[in-house]
Amino acid sequence: MIPTDCYYTKEHEWVRVEDATLVVIGITDFAQDQLGDVIYVNLPENGSEINQSAQMGEAESVKAVSDLFSPVTGTVVEVNGNLQDAPELVNRDPYGDGWMLKVELSSVEQLANLLSADQYGKYLDSGEH
Amino acid sequence: MVKNFVHSYIPHTDSERREMLDVVGVNQIEDLFLEIPEKYRDPNITLPSPLTEMELLQELESLSAKNVQVGKMPSFLGGGAYSHFIPSVVASLTSRGEFLTSYTPYQPEVSQGTLQATYEFQSMMCELTGMDVANAGMYDGATAFAEAALMACRLTKRYRVYVMDSISSHYLAVLRTYLLPQSVEIVIVSDYINEIDGDAACLLVQYPNALGVIPDLASLGKLIHSVDGLFVVNVYPVALGMLKPPSEYEADIVTGECQSLGIPLSFGGPYVGMFACRNEHIRQLPGRIVGKTNESHGDRDGFVLTLQTREQHIRRENATSNICTSEALIATAVAIHLALLGPRGLRQVAQLCYNKAHYAARCISELPGYYINPHAPDKYWFNEFVVTGPKSVDVLQKNLFDQGIIGGINVTDRVKGGLLFCVTEINSKQEIDNLVIALNNMKES
Amino acid sequence: MVDVSPLNSPKLKMLGHLSVPGRAGVQLPSLDVPEQEALPEEFLRECDTRLPELSELDVVRYFTNLSQKNFSVDTNFYPLGSCTMKYNPKINDVIASLPGFAKLHPLQDTNFAQGSLELMYELQSSLMELTGFAGSSLATLAGAQGELAGVLMIKAYHESNGDSQRNLILIPDSAHGTNPASASMAGFSVATIPSDSNGNMDVQALRILAKENLAGAMITLPSTLGLFDTSIVEICKIIHEAGGLIYCDGANMNAILGRARLFDLGFDVVHLNLHKTLSTPHGGGGPGSGPVCVSEKLLPFLPSPIVKKSSNLEGSIYNFVDPVDSIGKVAAFHGNFGVLVRAYAFVRALGLSGLRQVSGDAVLNANYILSSLKDVYKVAFDRKCMHELVLSLSPQKSKGVKAIDVSKRLIDYGVHPPTMYFPLIVEEALMIEPTESENKQTLDIFIDIMRKIAIECEENPDLILSSPVYAPIGRLDEVMAARRPDLRQVY
Repeated sequence: MIPTDCYYTKEHEWVRVEDATLVVIGITDFAQDQLGDVIYVNLPENGSEINQSAQMGEAESVKAVSDLFSPVTGTVVEVNGNLQDAPELVNRDPYGDGWMLKVELSSVEQLANLLSADQYGKYLDSGEH
Repeated sequence: MVKNFVHSYIPHTDSERREMLDVVGVNQIEDLFLEIPEKYRDPNITLPSPLTEMELLQELESLSAKNVQVGKMPSFLGGGAYSHFIPSVVASLTSRGEFLTSYTPYQPEVSQGTLQATYEFQSMMCELTGMDVANAGMYDGATAFAEAALMACRLTKRYRVYVMDSISSHYLAVLRTYLLPQSVEIVIVSDYINEIDGDAACLLVQYPNALGVIPDLASLGKLIHSVDGLFVVNVYPVALGMLKPPSEYEADIVTGECQSLGIPLSFGGPYVGMFACRNEHIRQLPGRIVGKTNESHGDRDGFVLTLQTREQHIRRENATSNICTSEALIATAVAIHLALLGPRGLRQVAQLCYNKAHYAARCISELPGYYINPHAPDKYWFNEFVVTGPKSVDVLQKNLFDQGIIGGINVTDRVKGGLLFCVTEINSKQEIDNLVIALNNMKES
Repeated sequence: MVDVSPLNSPKLKMLGHLSVPGRAGVQLPSLDVPEQEALPEEFLRECDTRLPELSELDVVRYFTNLSQKNFSVDTNFYPLGSCTMKYNPKINDVIASLPGFAKLHPLQDTNFAQGSLELMYELQSSLMELTGFAGSSLATLAGAQGELAGVLMIKAYHESNGDSQRNLILIPDSAHGTNPASASMAGFSVATIPSDSNGNMDVQALRILAKENLAGAMITLPSTLGLFDTSIVEICKIIHEAGGLIYCDGANMNAILGRARLFDLGFDVVHLNLHKTLSTPHGGGGPGSGPVCVSEKLLPFLPSPIVKKSSNLEGSIYNFVDPVDSIGKVAAFHGNFGVLVRAYAFVRALGLSGLRQVSGDAVLNANYILSSLKDVYKVAFDRKCMHELVLSLSPQKSKGVKAIDVSKRLIDYGVHPPTMYFPLIVEEALMIEPTESENKQTLDIFIDIMRKIAIECEENPDLILSSPVYAPIGRLDEVMAARRPDLRQVY
């Protein structure tokens, strides 16, 4: 079940617009399943600049570390502090309580580069990931 | 076919080899080495002829007899390796094959012995130093110190490390080997430092210092914290039986050489370095760490290696350190030793060392021509002290040896004419009095 | 066994739970000198540590019982690939405990440490003889430290030639994680040499990577796949021609002891793992020792100190020397002497013919297992192996069984699992290294067990997935251990 109120990337991140230029981002259900049990998430600090497609952090499982790529360009305005003590939220509720960052977008136009829920669904089905 | 070598370590008989070669489908063992280019295969190597166990023991016993070890003669050597009493239970337990011949506990279900013993070690290191968390051990105190400096750089993102000039020269040497290749600068500062640059990742202090003196940790801690750097303290663990732990001076990372806690001198190794820090810095901790958890499908508690995503087998070039095998058996020995000593035992050892050393120093200071700690006359110290005398260091050492005493360590690089003496609970009053007599004998000749 | 603990007692009794105030495990002599003036209060602990208080028997029983929860070489077949879990001779422990060795202070005047220095010199010489190199240092305390020293020497070499732009180290994709970690600690960047379908390094890919910024390569030989890379001589040539030096990770030396010299093959430096190849005990994760041997080019840079022999009127005399342009000290003292003694004793016990028999039987044993299992398991590479073999459990995945599950099932049969998931380039890898210490009966039993498990994978995978059931404890929750770290007991 891919939420229709989000944009997506081929790196399996989702973006939900909260208002005007403020978005919430996280990783998709497919991504959390691939990672396995998340034990730690390393995210950029509040106030830092992130760039679309660039590595912005890491998610750790017991035996592996995976890069997290930013789906948008902008400034981080909030980091989900709950993930520090409860990284399992990423597995349990990847689109809700497992959110990672709130970002102030540098431009709204960049959202046009992202996939719709439908396009992401087709991408997953294609098996190309 | 080459004649096979018969030995108790190598069980196969010729007929067993024959059977196995048939299964593998080759005629002889040499056929399994044909991928080695012919010109490099079976090189001409010369090694001494093999020895039976009986001969081996005889040969190595005579080799060991060429040494003059502690016990053959009374010794007052310190300088980073200490002669303390080791209860017989320690060796008895660590020589058990199950501890001695097992591997790194990657399969926790069959390594609970090693894992639980390591968890005990970790707990004890925290208790001794007052810190929140400790790892399973590093190679030794010097490499632990160096890795602590690197950790401070990673945490502060600063690449300049401040080091007291009163740390041992071997610690400084190892710091250079580890830090310079990563473009970390080492700045050496004196004990009188009262200002520090805002680019300092950390301040490294040895406690007690290389010449036995207790540094002013309270001021040093405040100083480095005033610029948001980390306070890194390297300890002589026995001293902590009596002295305030570094946590009370707001240390951020505590390292130390644990040889003094139940490990034989063994000409310099194997030893084990402790490494302890604050909870918030766990993710940058190098080395292995054991954690407690429960069964996935059961209700028993057990132990596993944890937080492995810091380590080389997962992070590879981005690991907190390249350390893999460390000193697990030695850490187990330390845990056993501390379990036997207990809090009062540890304090007693410290008090015996302190009192005997101060008694020795007082007696020596009463000899004409001898001075104690001339470089730091008003400073407090634990169980090591510098002596200068009426003769050069070489003469003093040689004379003492001729009188049946292994004397002090040459520290003339720091104190003109200085010899560093160490006294522990092993040195009886008789030995100390004999030392004083021996030194007294030299003042005239 | 019935649990008779009182209610509310902890599930797992640690030393802290056994502690009773007033107990003591050792007595110390009373003070025999007059009591001295105490330190001022401000230096002193306000109260004692809260370490556990136990009797001597408490400690003996606790740790003895703990030890019995371990598998070990002394108790079980332990075919951990790349770890060389061979028999650790007991005579070596006796020798290491001789007072002349065990009680010698590292800063003892070297005139009176000649026995230990002679031993170190002879060990240096033996290692040089076995590897074909011109010099050796015993200062490095573990394989990873040997690696660090090796790449630091390569760095020092290039810097001494004014080639500090050489900042890249090439490492095969099959390499152990310590290799890139060591290169990184030495300040190098790392690039990967891919492997080909035969398990050898891809020579063409290597040629492309070998450019002017090449400092060198770190190569494990035999490789981590247990294979002798047939293009090794060519590879060393390519790297030399590009101006680089080649480091050998000698972890797998057990396969070629006495049969090939690494210097001859083109290497410039090697580290050896004495706790693998030369029988010193693993201790549950150390102590180890990782001495380095080097060619002429790198002699000036060896880690300090090395032991030199000279002659005087009385005979030979041994001393510590710091090489001219040494990369420096890597530890406080001169090496893990207690480990060096054991390795030396092993070499003296076996001599050259013995060491050749070691590598011969190690390779025979691994091939025997390979030949006996390749009809029921997928082998990573269809060729003879050296001292270890790699299986891929990917076919078993269709039944839901993975390498980790087969590993846990082996525990129920009383065998320590092989190395799993390494090397990274083989899917669901299991790496088996029997060593020369194991007799044919043990190998046959192991083969039997593996064949049984292969059938269990087909017919009863649940049995495998629920294992181990006969170990001191079942599978543990590693996720929880990482999410909620509990790393110490608070007393």
